[in-house]
Amino acid sequence: MSTGAVGRAYPRLEGREKVTGTARYAVEYPVDGVTYGWAVPSAVVRGRITRVDTAEALASPGVLAVLHHGNAPRLAPGPQPEVWLLQEPAVHYRGQFVAVVVATSLEAAREGARLVRIDYDTGPHSTVLAADHPGLYRPDKVNPNYPTDTAEGDFDAGYAAAPVRVDATYRTPAYHNNPMEPHATTAHWRDGRLLVHDSTQGASLVRATLAELFEVPPESVRVIAEHVGGGFGSKGYAKASVVLAALAARHVDRPVRLALTRQQLFGPVGYRTPIIQRVRLAADADGRLTAICHDAISQTSTIREFAEQTAVYTRSMYAAPHRRTTHRLVRLDVPTPFWMRAPGECPGAYALESAMDELATAVGIDPVELRIRNDAQVDPDQGRPFTSRNLVACLRDGAQRFGWADRDPTPRARRDGRWLIGTGVAGSSYPARARPSSATATARPDGSFLVRINATDIGTGARTAMWQVAADALGVPPERVEIRIGDSDLPTAAVAGGSMGTASWSWAVIRAGQALREKLRDLPGDEPSGEVTVEVSTDDEVGGQPTLPRYAYGAQFVEVRVDADTGEVRLNRMLGVFAAGRIVNPTTARSQLVGGMTMGLSMALHEEGLLDERYGDWVNHDLATYHITVCPDVESIEAYWLDEQDDELNPAGVKGIGEIGIVGAAAAVANAVHHATGVRIRELPIRVDKLVGLSALA
Amino acid sequence: MRAFRYHRPADVADAVAVLGAEPQAAYLGGGTNLVDLMKLGVQRPDLLVDVTGLPLDSVEELPDGGLRVGATVRNSDLAAHPVVRRDYPVLARALLAAASGQLRNMATTGGNLLQRTRCVYFQDTGKACNKRAPGSGCAALHGQNRDLAVLDWSEQCVATHPSDLAVALAALDTVVEVHETDGTRDIPITALYRSPGAHPERETTLARGALITAIRLPPLPAARRSTYLKVRDRASFAFAVGSVAAVLDLDGGVVRDVRLAYGAVAHRPWRAYRAEAELRGRMFSPELAGRAADVELAEARPLRHNGFKVPLTRAITVRVLSELASS
Ligand SMILES: Cc1cc2nc3c(=O)[nH]c(=O)nc-3n(C[C@H](O)[C@H](O)[C@H](O)COP(=O)(O)OP(=O)(O)OC[C@H]3O[C@@H](n4cnc5c(N)ncnc54)[C@H](O)[C@@H]3O)c2cc1C
Ligand code: SF4
Repeated sequence: MSTGAVGRAYPRLEGREKVTGTARYAVEYPVDGVTYGWAVPSAVVRGRITRVDTAEALASPGVLAVLHHGNAPRLAPGPQPEVWLLQEPAVHYRGQFVAVVVATSLEAAREGARLVRIDYDTGPHSTVLAADHPGLYRPDKVNPNYPTDTAEGDFDAGYAAAPVRVDATYRTPAYHNNPMEPHATTAHWRDGRLLVHDSTQGASLVRATLAELFEVPPESVRVIAEHVGGGFGSKGYAKASVVLAALAARHVDRPVRLALTRQQLFGPVGYRTPIIQRVRLAADADGRLTAICHDAISQTSTIREFAEQTAVYTRSMYAAPHRRTTHRLVRLDVPTPFWMRAPGECPGAYALESAMDELATAVGIDPVELRIRNDAQVDPDQGRPFTSRNLVACLRDGAQRFGWADRDPTPRARRDGRWLIGTGVAGSSYPARARPSSATATARPDGSFLVRINATDIGTGARTAMWQVAADALGVPPERVEIRIGDSDLPTAAVAGGSMGTASWSWAVIRAGQALREKLRDLPGDEPSGEVTVEVSTDDEVGGQPTLPRYAYGAQFVEVRVDADTGEVRLNRMLGVFAAGRIVNPTTARSQLVGGMTMGLSMALHEEGLLDERYGDWVNHDLATYHITVCPDVESIEAYWLDEQDDELNPAGVKGIGEIGIVGAAAAVANAVHHATGVRIRELPIRVDKLVGLSALA
Repeated sequence: MRAFRYHRPADVADAVAVLGAEPQAAYLGGGTNLVDLMKLGVQRPDLLVDVTGLPLDSVEELPDGGLRVGATVRNSDLAAHPVVRRDYPVLARALLAAASGQLRNMATTGGNLLQRTRCVYFQDTGKACNKRAPGSGCAALHGQNRDLAVLDWSEQCVATHPSDLAVALAALDTVVEVHETDGTRDIPITALYRSPGAHPERETTLARGALITAIRLPPLPAARRSTYLKVRDRASFAFAVGSVAAVLDLDGGVVRDVRLAYGAVAHRPWRAYRAEAELRGRMFSPELAGRAADVELAEARPLRHNGFKVPLTRAITVRVLSELASS
């Protein structure tokens, strides 16, 4: 008995507050007696602090305290060494926070930070990933817990026997998440209780981590994340800002506001590892894949293992009798890489979908057709049928909308004045997952309802989507529903990550709505006199769900133009078609998909963390030098989706749309550049330095 | 960030006198470069003398047909000025190719000319940089130097000058009017900037405390046929990786006059005199333009990551001159 709120295009509930600047972010809450923290990064890559001289800093006007490993409150060692900060003299990577200055103003704290003198003993370091690095090893699993390597059939034999083969190595640099709002926190201890406003993707998780680190009961910690200015994965766990702010607030016994600078976001909060990927594909003369191998090499830090699951995409995307995937890692003296929009799938699809394009050229068939020919309805990895797989439908629909049919496959065949024009395609897929969550639903005597769940809206429209879901679950118009999210005092819920927020939260919200309606029905009398509340948890239901291959799919189409003299690349258009289950809100969904595609375009053409091996850090650590795509780089971006019903997912029937938009996008751009120019660039980003002087090549 | 004082001078003489008396003072224009550098600790003035209130904000047509632009005229206003658009399109285009609308609304003519290099090591006090900390070394020489110089660099500094405006002005033989403690001076813009040499911390030939009051564009009818081409790593809001300002005057296909300047290749806007000499008096052709660029770039010494700037600069020279020739 749905009222039909789900599926309708509502504007964001908090849209007005956001555009008028009244929505408050983590360091914007008015707090009496607030002080300001400034984090001090290590100036060396690897070593030990031998001395901290705080005299000058403490003498600087406004400075209240300088915390460092010698005087900071103690933290319990936990599973995340990167937030066990100010506890030891050891320095594991450049930029590790080694001190915090607290002052009465932001400017005074910053000046104080400049005056802290730290001496180090330094050791030799290694910060550059290389395919022949002596430290390469095989991790036990890859993020989050996939097998490291897989093999089926006999790849070597299958590959050797095939008439058509592609063997290509693709390189991607470090990418930095760079949400608009930096990692930022206001922290306040009162009577042994800690209150923080934090910019995070999961307040429940942050609460748990803080409780563990500070050895206080979780009930003594409250984490509020009412509005969050993006995260792209980097705020998926408790990160430095919240721990440093809480340490500092305890030390000075006053509220502390601490925001990392843009420069400090390049490394210490996580980033996408540089990756070297070798893909080998073999096919018969018709382009049917017979052997697939994907070997990925990436880096982690010396303090924790993070193994990007780069080749996992290849395990389920296309079928072939002989298949192999491997992951190898090197421990470098760098910050720990972490989640960044579609970890694994995004870089993995760049390599595989580029190699598929190379294969299409080698076989001499259309790249859309090649993908259709190699579609699999049974997951090659799990051996079970996909709950739904509409890759082919996305390819066909996209090809039609894009006008792919008349494409001349010859590279460098289209020219418009100085511009070489080309088109490219790539497939896309992303797993559809859900995690347990809990929620409450309350009926109020005035006929309105309140739904509470600690979901997080990191700018995606999650609050609005949950409000729509709640209305339908309660069977009332959404105007009668109030939704409350973004506070760890609310029922615990999954992190906003892995494209599973909507699936996980809606599950709990729907069950809460149903339970409340049942309870109201069973109540004696017509009208309840007071509030009626139910609380549900989906622990058992989600935990008991059978493991099945559940994926969203998509197809990305791109038309580029490349200046034949300078090598400048611009996009005439980008078009994506996705099959991602039910779409809760077309307005916010489109933004998610277009945002993901834009980020993929940015990866293809612009973004690159430039590491200086001598200093061990990224030297282009600001948004003037770490380039992100701007509007004039692309004239049109369109995102469409197919109606898709899949009853094996979750009660809302959603697959998640936060990440699939980026998957395959970079490959589609690179494939289009090849089609335009005849030049295959296998190292991102594709910039003028790699393409200049194409006219001379003709 | 260091605490600083703020002064609004009554007039030009006051501004110059105050700066002359305060060794750590700096002029403040739009602040779009200086304030960033102050936050980063790269520049640490203790007094800012805000020049934007001085009566230097007008554009004046001169009797000889030239144009005088006050030092505090904002980049946006200058780009939109009808005389600039008509007589010096190269200038309007260079301005509009720079930064973003918001920044151009703030940025002043004087501040633009004296903006500091975008070398990433210069902007990070944790790195060696002779320009910021003389004698500390040049981290860029063997570091990430894709954006840096290919011409006229020294072992002490390989930085480039970032201004697009300055490149156009170099092509136009602009004169910079300055006010110093002991009087006023005219400096051709090509003589304003120094090569890095052994002292990259000395960027200009200005005396300490010198205030730029205006720039003067000489009359140059040929400049009506002029343009600016900038190549950058994204379509807008990025500094140049290569740029060319060009004025071309043909007489029946023969080059009567030509002005050419390059951006993003050296420590200063690079006036391409040798290329001009190669072109002048010859029948124009794209091949000639290419040869001229080759002559100019013959002394280029690319660094590890910026070899592409040589063919790129050559390509845009040919492009720009050919387009002007056929327009
Ligand atoms: C993100 C970003 C992107 C940018 N992209 C570009 C680009 O693509 N191309 C480009 O050309 N520029 C670009 N810029 C730079 C911009 O053009 C300059 O910051 C601006 O022109 C500086 O002018 P201002 O008035 O703000 O100078 P300020 O920051 O006020 O001053 C700069 C310097 O000039 C001195 N000064 C100011 N006025 C005078 C005067 N009258 N006499 C003597 N000294 C003076 C100051 O003391 C200071 O040292 C960019 C800047 C940013 C932040
Ligand atoms: S190139 Fe110049 S500005 Fe850059 S680090 Fe070297 S000395 Fe400093």
